[in-house]
Order: sequence, then C-alpha cells, then structure tokens
Amino acid sequence: MTTTSTSVETGAETTARRRQALVRNRNGIVLGVMVVVLSVVAYQWDGVQTTAVTARTVREASPLILAALCGLIGERSGVVNIGIEGQMLLGAYSGFMAASYSGSLLVGVVAAVAASALAGLFLGWAAVALRMDQIIAGTVINIVGAGVTSFFYVAGRTMPRFPQWSVPGLSDLPLVGRTLFAHGPLTYVAALMVLVVHIALFHTRWGLRTRAVGEHPGAADTVGVRIERLRYVNLTLAGSLAGMAGLALIQSAGAFDRGMTAGRGFIALAVMIFGRWRPTGVLGAALLFGLFNAVQAQLQFKQALDIPPQFFGMIPFLLTIAVLAVAGVKARPPAAAGRPYDPE
Amino acid sequence: MTRSEATVTDGPEPTTGTPASTAAPAGDITATMAPDGSPWLLEVRGLTKRFPGVVANDNVDLTLATGEILGLLGENGAGKSTLVKMLFGIHQPDEGMMWLNGTEIRPAGPGDAISRGIGMVHQHFQLVPPLTVAENIVLGAEPRKRRLFDRRGAERRVREISERYGLEVEPSDVLGDLPVGIQQRVEILKALYREAQLLILDEPTAVLTPQETDELLAIMRDLAASGVGIIFITHKLREVLAVTDRVTVLRRGRSVGTVDTSSATTESLAELMVGRSVVLRVDKNEAEPGRVVLDVRDLEVRDDRRQTTVRGATFDVRAGEIVGVAGVEGNGQRELVEAITGIRPIHAGTVTIEGFTVHGHPRSVREHGVAYIPEDRERDGLVGDYSVADNLVLTEYHRRPFAGHGLRHPDAVDHLASELVERFDVRTPGIDVAVSTLSGGNKQKVIVARELSEDKHLVVASQPTRGVDVGSIEFIHNQLVAARDRGSAVLLVSAELDEIFGLADRIAVIYEGRIVAVCDPATVSREDVGLLMAGGQPSEPVAAG
Amino acid sequence: MRAEWRQWVLLPVAAVIVGLVAGAILILISGDNPLTAYGGMAEGAFGSSDAMSRTLEKATPLILGGLAVAFAFKAGLFNIGGQGQLLLGAAFAAWIGFDLNLPMVVHLPLALVIGGLAGAALGAVAGLLKATRGTHEVISTIMLNFVAANLTDWLVSRDGPWKDPESGAVARSPQVLDSAALPRLGFLPVGFLVAVAVAAAVWWIVNRSVLGFEISTVGHNAKAATYAGISVVRITVVAMLISAFLAGLGGAIQTQGVNGRFEPGFNSGLGFDGITIALLARTNALAVVPAALLIGAMDAGSTLMQSRTDVPPEIISVIQGFILFLVAAPSVVRWLLRLREDIGGTKIDLASGWGAS
Repeated sequence: MTTTSTSVETGAETTARRRQALVRNRNGIVLGVMVVVLSVVAYQWDGVQTTAVTARTVREASPLILAALCGLIGERSGVVNIGIEGQMLLGAYSGFMAASYSGSLLVGVVAAVAASALAGLFLGWAAVALRMDQIIAGTVINIVGAGVTSFFYVAGRTMPRFPQWSVPGLSDLPLVGRTLFAHGPLTYVAALMVLVVHIALFHTRWGLRTRAVGEHPGAADTVGVRIERLRYVNLTLAGSLAGMAGLALIQSAGAFDRGMTAGRGFIALAVMIFGRWRPTGVLGAALLFGLFNAVQAQLQFKQALDIPPQFFGMIPFLLTIAVLAVAGVKARPPAAAGRPYDPE
Repeated sequence: MTRSEATVTDGPEPTTGTPASTAAPAGDITATMAPDGSPWLLEVRGLTKRFPGVVANDNVDLTLATGEILGLLGENGAGKSTLVKMLFGIHQPDEGMMWLNGTEIRPAGPGDAISRGIGMVHQHFQLVPPLTVAENIVLGAEPRKRRLFDRRGAERRVREISERYGLEVEPSDVLGDLPVGIQQRVEILKALYREAQLLILDEPTAVLTPQETDELLAIMRDLAASGVGIIFITHKLREVLAVTDRVTVLRRGRSVGTVDTSSATTESLAELMVGRSVVLRVDKNEAEPGRVVLDVRDLEVRDDRRQTTVRGATFDVRAGEIVGVAGVEGNGQRELVEAITGIRPIHAGTVTIEGFTVHGHPRSVREHGVAYIPEDRERDGLVGDYSVADNLVLTEYHRRPFAGHGLRHPDAVDHLASELVERFDVRTPGIDVAVSTLSGGNKQKVIVARELSEDKHLVVASQPTRGVDVGSIEFIHNQLVAARDRGSAVLLVSAELDEIFGLADRIAVIYEGRIVAVCDPATVSREDVGLLMAGGQPSEPVAAG
Repeated sequence: MRAEWRQWVLLPVAAVIVGLVAGAILILISGDNPLTAYGGMAEGAFGSSDAMSRTLEKATPLILGGLAVAFAFKAGLFNIGGQGQLLLGAAFAAWIGFDLNLPMVVHLPLALVIGGLAGAALGAVAGLLKATRGTHEVISTIMLNFVAANLTDWLVSRDGPWKDPESGAVARSPQVLDSAALPRLGFLPVGFLVAVAVAAAVWWIVNRSVLGFEISTVGHNAKAATYAGISVVRITVVAMLISAFLAGLGGAIQTQGVNGRFEPGFNSGLGFDGITIALLARTNALAVVPAALLIGAMDAGSTLMQSRTDVPPEIISVIQGFILFLVAAPSVVRWLLRLREDIGGTKIDLASGWGAS
C-alpha cells in the first residue's frame, strides 16, 4: 500500500504540467510548425498565391471551428449532436431571411443564433426529457432543417454584406496580415470562441460540472449537480454556435442557398474528434481541414492539375474518413456521450 | 397506514430506541432521544419503499448516535441499498419518517441530503476518472475566485482536510491513475469536504485488500471518534464485528433486529441475517486430481487500455480439482480468464487446454471442452432481451439439433430449454420470457445450466456467486463441486476469500498479474493469503499445494 | 394481442397523422390551403392507374432503402449511407445495362446483382472501418454519400467513361437495353414485386436463420456475442454489406425499372427516407413495405400537389422528419393523443462514442 506524499504545489510542478501538455500535443505542434515554415517558404516563391491559400485556410476553418465547438460542448455534456448540419442550415437561413427583410445585419445575427439555439434546445428536450436515441434526434434536426429551409426558400433575395474588418497596421503585414487580420467578423468570433470555450471548460465551475456530467453523470448527480438543466443549457448555448457557423458560411457566400452546408456539419464532428474534444485541438484540426480545402480550391482554380473537379470534391470527405480511421482509434470520447442519464 | 412491531428474532436483546409503535397520528410523531438524552443523530421510523412487484423496504426502523458506527447487515436484496438511497434522497420513501438531530427530514435529492450533512460513499465509486482528486472532491461545491474556478484554492482546502483526518492524497493527481484504495479515500474526503456529520459507507470493503480493509476500519474509528456518525453497510460479518458499535439486520426488506456488537457472534448475526442457521462450509470430499487439463505458462495479457495486466502468470489445473484464484479485484483476473477462454488475445506465453493451444477464438476454445461462467453475467453472459430458451443455447445455437443448413430449429431449442429449466431449478414464468426479467440468482442459474449441463474438461467460473441470494449460492457451489467430482478441472476466480477457502483444493494467489503463490487451503492461514494478495510476503514460507 | 395491435398500427398511424397536421400548419404559413394540397397529393398518388403505378414505383427504392436501414439496425448499426449506396448501385446497374449485350434471363439479373454489389462494396468500407478501426459508421457512411455522389457525377460527366455520347451537355448515361430493363405488368411494375420478395427474404433471414440470430445477438449485446463465440468483426462487416447491398439493389431497380438510365443526383434524400421508413415499420422487414408505400404515395402525389397549390415538394421531407421524430419518441404521441401508457415505441439504442469501441 503506497501513499502519495502531500506537498504544496511548487513552481516545478506547474512547469511539469505544462511540459506534459507539450508532450501530449507533440504531433500537433510539430505539424503546425511545419505548416508555418512551409508557408513562409512558399511565400518567398509566390507571395500572391500563398497568401490566397493561407487566407482561405482561415476563412474555410471558421465555420468548422464554430460547428465543431457546438459538437464539443454537446459531447462534453454527454449528448452526441449529429444535427449540427441541420442547425447550421436553420441558422444560416433564419439569419439570411431576417437580415434580408430587415436590412440589418444585427437582426440577422440575432435571428440566426436564436433559430439554431432553439434547435439545440430541441435536441436537449429529445435527449433529456424524451430519452430519445440521440442519433435519431440529430437526424430529425437534419431532415427538418434541410426540409424547412428548402420549403421556405425564396430565390433571388439579397442581404447586406458582412463587412471586412481589417486590423489597422497588422493587416498590412506580409503574409500574416491578409491571413489573420483581414476577415469578416465571424472569423474573429470563431477565434474568440476557441478562447472562450477553452477558459469556460477548464477554468470555470460550469466547465468542471460539464466535464463531470459528460464523463460520469452519476457522480455529478450524487453531489447535487443538476444534470438535466445543465444539458439543456449547454445544448442551447452550443446550438447558438452552430448558428454562428451558418452565418460564417453566409459571410463567405454572400447569400443563403439550399443545402449550402454541404456536409460541413458532419465534417465538424470529425474535426472535434481529431481535436480530441479540446477547443485548442479543434482550432488546429479545423485549420488543417481548411488548409486542405484551400490548397484544393487553389489547384482547381488554377487548373494546375488535369483532374476532374469531382475528384477534388471528394477530398474533404475522404480526408474526414481517413482522419477518423487513424485518429479515431486512439480517440477517447467523453464516457457518457450518447447515453441518456438514468438515475437508477 | 398501520405500523407493525418490527420482528425481532432470537439473538441478543434488541436495543432499538424506537418505542413500540403506538400508531399515533402522523402529525404527532416526534423524534426520540438517545440514551444520553440528546436527540439521535439519525432516526428512521417505519420507512417503506415499494417498487413495482416488490416491497424493497417494509417498515424499517433504525437509530444512530453521534460518533457511533452502526453496521447495516443483510444479504443481497435485503433492502440495504434502498434504505440508504432514501436517506441520501435518491429514492423517496412511500411511508415513514426520518429525523436528523431531532429535525424531521425528507431529502428531495442528493444535493438536499448533502446540504443537511449527510455524506455517502457509494459501492460503485461516484468519481470522474479524468478529473483530478481535488476537482472530484469539490465538484458541486466549487470554490471560486474572480468568477473562475479556483483550482489552487480547491487543492489547498483538500490538502487541509486530508491532513486533518489523516487521509493522505495528492490533490493534483488525476483520479483515474490512482489505486482503488486511494480512490475510496477521495470518496470519503468528498463527504468530509461537505462537512458531513453522517457518513454512509455502502459495501466499502468489497474492492479492498485485507490490508486496505484494515486501514479503512481504522479510518472509520478515527472519524467516529471525531464525532461523525457512520452507517457501515456490508455482508461481511467479520468486519461488522471488528468495527461497529451496534448492528441493524435487514432481511427481505424488514429490519429484523438491532443488537449490540459486543454481545453478537458470527453465528448469531448470520442466523439473524438469513433467518435460519447457515451452513458456512461446503460439503465436499477430498479431491482426486488427475492429469493436467489447463496449463498456463508465462502468460501476458493486455487490458482494454493496452496496459499489460497479466504479467507472466504460470499455473496449472488438474482434472478433478478446484483451483481458486484469490486476489483483489483488478490484479489481472478478468484478463487472465478472458485470455484462457479465448475472448482476449494472448500477448505472450501459452495457454494449453488438454493439449490444445489457445489462440483467441472463443468458439474453438469451447469446442475443446471449456465451460465459462463470466464475471459480469448481464454484460458478458446473457442477452437480456432474448428469451430464457435462446439464452440457454447462446453458445450452441449453431449446432445440431438447434440448427441445420443455416436455419434455426426452435422446437429443439425449446425442448432443451424446458429440460434445463427443470433440472437446474430456474424459477421463471416460462422459457419464452426475456431473461432480463429474472432475479439475479435465476439469471446465474441460466448460465450455470447452460455451461454445466454437459461434462466439460475445464470449467472456468469467475465470481460465480456475486450478487446472488444464499439459496442460489449453495446451489451453484454444489454444482461446481459436482463438476469437479465428475472429473472436470475447475478454475474458480473469486474476490471472496470465504468462497475460495470453502471450495478450492488449491489456492493460487494473484497479485499484479502474477501468480505469487500456490497454497494448500488446509494449511495456509487467511492472513497469509491476505498478505500475499496485497503483494507482501508471509513471515514463514507458504506450503505449496 | 391488443397491445401488439396498438404498437404496430395505432402508434405509426398516429405519428403519420400528427406529421400531416404539422405539415398542414407549414402549408398554411406559406399561404396555401392544406386541404387542396393534400387533396392533390392523394389524387396524384391514388387517383388513376397511372398514379398507382407511380406510387408503386416511388415506393420500390424506398422499400429497399428502408430494409437497408432496418437490417443494419438489427446488428446495432446505423447505415445513413443508403443514398450513396443507391447512387452507386444505380450507376453500375446502368453500366451493365447499356454496355453488355446479353439475353434477358442473364442480363437483367446480372444488372441488378452488380448494382447491389456496387452498393455493398461501399457499405463494406464502412463496415470494415467500424470493425477494425472503430470508426463510427454514422460519420463514415455520410462521408461516403458525398464520395459516391461525386464519383457517380464524374462517371457520366463530360470526362466520364459512361457518358451518353448523344446527350450533348446533359450528364447522363446511355439508355439501358431492353434485355436489362424491368418490365411492367399492367399498372404493376415488376421492380415492386422484386422489392416485396426481397422484404420477405430479409424477414426470413432475420427471424429464421442462424446468421440472423448472430446479427441480432451482436446488435443486442456485442460482449455476450463474443462470449458466445460469434465474431463481432465478421458480423459487423456482413451486416453492413447486406444492408448496403439492399440499398444498391434499390438503385439498380430504379435504373432498370423507372429511369432507364443513370442521371446524377436523382432521388436525393433516400437515405433519410429509409430511416423514417425503418422506424415506422419498427424495423420489421415485412412492415417496411406498407411504410414505404405510404412515403412513396406522398412522393408520387407531390407533383400534382405542387401544380395545384404551389406547395413545393420539400414539404414531404419536412413531414417525414416529423414522422421520424414521433415514431422515435412515442411518449410525445401518447401525450398528444392522450393514449394509455402501454404503447411502446421502437427501442433504438445507437448513439455512443465516436472512438474505438
């Protein structure tokens, strides 16, 4: 029988913890450094194209980040959300229509967030109160989301464009400027949300309880954490992130289109898994997916290779499968994800 | 709502503080006083809880004084868990009242119970493995600093409490990496952090080594001395006698008596618990071991997390003997058994059964004459939604006469099922009801009937009587002995030392994935086996069996 | 017996009615008359022998899509990939149909089987990934839907090998030969009969065969299945393969019996229809047939509905979403209709972690 020695935490221990975190994320860090170095090298070779690719990487990553964070909060609370695709469509549609009729972007944003939060609340109701299978509940959101937005679709409407926010000074920097500091508001929101969710998850009471509920709801229940309420709240909040993800799509496309999510709600789940259910991991994984998309788009645009566009079209989906087949083996999802909580 | 006097059987005079029921109107019922004139820390009177089809608690009374340790004794299914779940607010009673320090309480949920100073250490730890010790302890009552979770503050506070009560833990350790004994301390600290004055320990020793158990009992005494009242739930008489002040015994949901521990004996408590005098030993003849049937050499096996948990185990089992594997849970028993039965891949070493070398493939292992009673019957051994009949052929469904040319033959299945249900005394409304509706003992009988209805070379039985009523335990034990006497080699894995000593002809002690000793139960002492289970070495060399 | 009747008939019917009412509310919101719309739908589905044929034709791939989902459910798998498997089946069946010149007794069955196998190949990928890498089949089959859509797009596109040389800018395959086409007996499409026969065969496999027992054991309790000597890996792959074969066959029948050629992107959403149908049928293979007929009738009637009222056919998928929700959450229907507690729904348990399991 061994006993652990008790000691006041020293600076050395904190350093050790940080070192552990570095070791854990070794692959990601190495990959990130490689990408940055390659970008800088490529920039020397062809600045315009490189910047186009890196800027597009960040743009493509934004909706994925927001959507993956939506899935992350759900699973961290113990609810699998496969309805992100539908939530994004509902958010994008509502935001577009509201902005289009009111002429105000702000109204659009509010409508988008509200609509997808409502879809999140529905998922909470189905999963918590009805104890419905969560995959089916998500599928319902996808079907109804795609159906309603197509049913009420009105062709030919327009809405005010999202502004481009260039950070004064920084946006003029070579490579970095166009890549990081000249985007629409939702790209900055996506970056901000990574930080917010990270702090909330690991440094607040809410986060501790959420992680406990996602891993072992029984344990949380026996210390008086109100599991059902927490799941409702979290799924609603997470839903609003999916709405922002939908807006990020509109920010790029300029208007709503039927089925404009094109599978991004599902790819977001792969991003979440690849990011190991951590906001910082999601950021890295989403950027990686974004990079692939950007490179593919650039190659296709330049017609650099004589490959039919359909094959380019398959890349993100094959990539998702490959990522899951490789990373999914080691992935350890929150233990309670997918299971209705039954106090018996 | 009429109340009847709690039945008190023979045995020492009950000291229950409850006066004979005077059927007073509910509003007038008040708490009674402890012998020292102050209110009881806890008083429970007439508590009744019904579930569809069963009365889990029927008019239960008990009292607990400050600083007292009360044993709550009873068989599986006697209603101990239901009772404490009502105290802790997980279930709400249908009838009856509870007082804490003379104030009536009716906990609406665990949160409510906790806020009143009731703490509970659950049989299955209610801990979150990926969180740290400190995070687990403060969960639900977290300190905050500038609106953020104050991790350092939490760790400081945990360190203080752990030092005050002598329960040493490192607050920043990740819980899932810690041994079971430490995890249990975290559970106790969780209650103390919430300033519990009443601590309920639900079967806390089931997962501990004898040495860890002794440490826990010492901790309990210290806590009681510092003024905490403790309800200690167990079915192990030895522990009750070692640590409690009084014992309340439950049988079939009713409290059948409360006795002073000082005047109780193992026999008197056992009789009170079961309602008849119990045969604590299994009748069996001397074993007549024959050829080696199971031969395990330098076996290494990994668990689901790819950790090597069986690390070079070597032993054998002969025809006509029962070898009992004694060990604290989590020392590789599960992986050992799963490797022998082909369910888990063998990482290194060999397993040979009657000359057949096991290479995974559970079916080929079975076809070489192996029966297997798994540890977790609901999870591994039965399909709950399937009928009793289909479960009885779960391992033979594909063979004649149950199937042919790829088609199933339901008549043959039903025929066998009717016969086995009769022969093994499975209490079921019919062979076509879902097996999940049967009681634990009858579920286990379904498995035993399936596995032992034909003679096998090797019988592997893992925790065969866990969670089973006394009648079924005797039946299952007799079946294992009978299989031995018909010439099978029997490998029995059990966490209950009583079961090992009662059944085994040789005892193999497993510790951290190795068989550290093989002993003769006739000559080895319980204490020495306990020491070996904990990784220690007995002062005298253990006689090899 | 009464309780059985309620479970099999009352609950699904109630779900359909509530779903139609919800759809009616949406139609009202969009400014149309739901009675006119539904009247048009009914007439378009049953109003003439042509309408009846159309309903049966629409129901045919839905039967197979529903069977695909229901069959995978038995093994505890969720095949959302029906759409991609169907597309691949349809394309490959078309290829056999136009490219080979064989007598009908060989040609037609060959086209159907190859179509089924093409779907099965796609399903096998998901099954293998699940069994060996723990990749959750829900995500992998959805991803494969997109892959299949792109692949079949390309096959009949400008650069593709199976492009109809006479279609100009239109992406489609050549017409399949008569020897590979499914005929029609009066108003009864032969493809429908094939689908019904397949439903009976699936029922029989599930309920009477050793394989069916193994599949359902894995679906109920994979640990116990391993204990019983059943290879969970093998059953996972086989179940996914058969499920995907059914979807691929649905595509093949669509090509050989209705479209006569492959055109990309037809009948999108079939995978989701299959889920609704399978749950409406409580995953019973025989009950899939009436469930598919119901959804098929809605599809068949949607054209006439649109021409009468301007209600776009997307309303069908919204109604289906509601129906799916209601059959998966029977407590809601009970509450809405004040039914007694003893009506159970289909107990489905699919959701679990995405990682290795």
